[in-house]
Amino acid sequence: MFWEQLLNGLTLGSTYALIALGYTMVYGIVQLINFAHGEIYMFGAFAGLFLVSFCGVNIVLALLGAMAFCMLLGMLIERIAYRPLRGKSSRLSALISAIGVSIFLSTLMVLLAETNTRRYPDVVPNHSFHLGSLDFSLMQIIILLFSAVLMVGLQLMVQKTRIGKAMRACSQDLDAAYLMGINVNRVISFTFAVGSALAAAGGVMVAIYYNAVWPYMGTMAGLKAFSAAVLGGIGSIPGAMIGGLSLGVLEIMGVAYLSSSYKDAIAFGILILVLLIRPQGLLGQKISKKV
Amino acid sequence: MNILDAIISQYIDPYYLRIMILIGINIILALGINLITGVTGQLTMGHAGFMSIGAYTSAILSMQFGFSYVLALLAGAVMAALFGIIIGIPTLRLDGDYLAMVTIGAAEIIRVFFLNFEPGGKAVGLAGIPQHTTFMTVWVVALIVILFNARLLNSRIGRAFYAIRENEIAAAASAIDTTRMKILAFMVGAFLGGLGGGLYAHYMYYINPQDFGFMKSIELLNMVVLGGMGSIPGTILGACILTLAPELLRIVAEYRLLFYGALLVILMIFRPNGLLGDVRIYDLRKRWGKKEVESCQS
Repeated sequence: MFWEQLLNGLTLGSTYALIALGYTMVYGIVQLINFAHGEIYMFGAFAGLFLVSFCGVNIVLALLGAMAFCMLLGMLIERIAYRPLRGKSSRLSALISAIGVSIFLSTLMVLLAETNTRRYPDVVPNHSFHLGSLDFSLMQIIILLFSAVLMVGLQLMVQKTRIGKAMRACSQDLDAAYLMGINVNRVISFTFAVGSALAAAGGVMVAIYYNAVWPYMGTMAGLKAFSAAVLGGIGSIPGAMIGGLSLGVLEIMGVAYLSSSYKDAIAFGILILVLLIRPQGLLGQKISKKV
Repeated sequence: MNILDAIISQYIDPYYLRIMILIGINIILALGINLITGVTGQLTMGHAGFMSIGAYTSAILSMQFGFSYVLALLAGAVMAALFGIIIGIPTLRLDGDYLAMVTIGAAEIIRVFFLNFEPGGKAVGLAGIPQHTTFMTVWVVALIVILFNARLLNSRIGRAFYAIRENEIAAAASAIDTTRMKILAFMVGAFLGGLGGGLYAHYMYYINPQDFGFMKSIELLNMVVLGGMGSIPGTILGACILTLAPELLRIVAEYRLLFYGALLVILMIFRPNGLLGDVRIYDLRKRWGKKEVESCQS
């Protein structure tokens, strides 16, 4: 029972982590809570569904297609709604702009696809495996493995490549990075693209796992993922992974051992408790204010 | 007041009357957020939580305990203010987006609590609340709240609030008890939230936990940011525009929210500091029609 719940929690948590990475990377560089990120996740799930059921491609291609589509979407949003505001306005007006984009995108999807819940056709065989007393499905393994691959890949990219170095420089000091000859706008655009692709991967996998896609699926998932990012220390990439996984596990455990009607309250309750004890999140750095 | 109400409801179309009442309620709610976020600079994204506490407390008191209207409203507002203090305490240690997350989380917890709250009808909601809120009551309360806010912001405490927003360390160095002031801002803001919630419940006849979700908080915060942070005339203008916008956008029918979202983005691009950022009633009176109003922000 316990191990099974732990596995369920890790599955849910790794999808939270995938979404949380987008929040944390964007926040690390431009200090913006990208409220449209949950909607990008929802668009990813719909793009995958569209590719599978209307274009008839196989699920791997659909997943990659959804990721590519959301990359473009993320870059487009950044170009239209955030870049004109950068540098000349307060962070709060950028936040409201993000909320505007979020309302726009979810309404657009309601108009395109209506509010009812849709299902993926059977794309992943419903195998279940037994390991001792432990039961798990093929989809759970796919989610865990693919999320792990994406996270390791992201970490390698940020640490080893040229663009990763530029991203780290921008997150330390945007102006200084600009003076060092880094094309800041391109780095920010790239960050949005990577974050959106990860969210799309999460969206497609969650949609298959829970067998449901609907236009408002992004709101709660976005809030939870954002709280995962804050829990891990916003701006920190390993923090988002740890925050996502632990939030998923704690939420599933809370539902299993406490009460299912308080499901959403559990995640936020844990978050508030952690922040009261450690205001900078689990892995965040404490930045002392300068006068 | 009853006579005035009777006269007003005779001459004004019920649809317009409804919109005007909602504008009044939204002004009260938005002024609460303005005090916390606009003036003191502590980002709150969970004002609907305070609103729901005020709404449920006052509704239950007047339905099941026979409280009079005024007393129920006040009790709801005081209850919300108590929660404001509880949520204000984390502000001692958190700021910026971490605080925003705590307020979102607290509002969600309150919503889930009411979803499981037996006397509040759980997810079904609470129906049959006596409809005491009328045009006159709303606008009398709104006027009192506006005057109170104007006096408060012009006082020693109000200036301390502005100082905390501009630079907390400098404010503390100038012998402002920042801790107490931040909690005070949260308390007063939550009080106004609870008051608005009580008025809303006694107007709507029916309340449901879903009415007070995350989007409601965002809608209220938008009014303050759009109108102009820290400005009372701005907040009133923002509340009017964003209450009217969905009604005016009815001509575009199902594309309404699409336009609303796009409008927010466009407004922020062209007026990033809101329509009347930091304009005070005092400024308007003194310098109306003259050159650009000087803001109190450095």
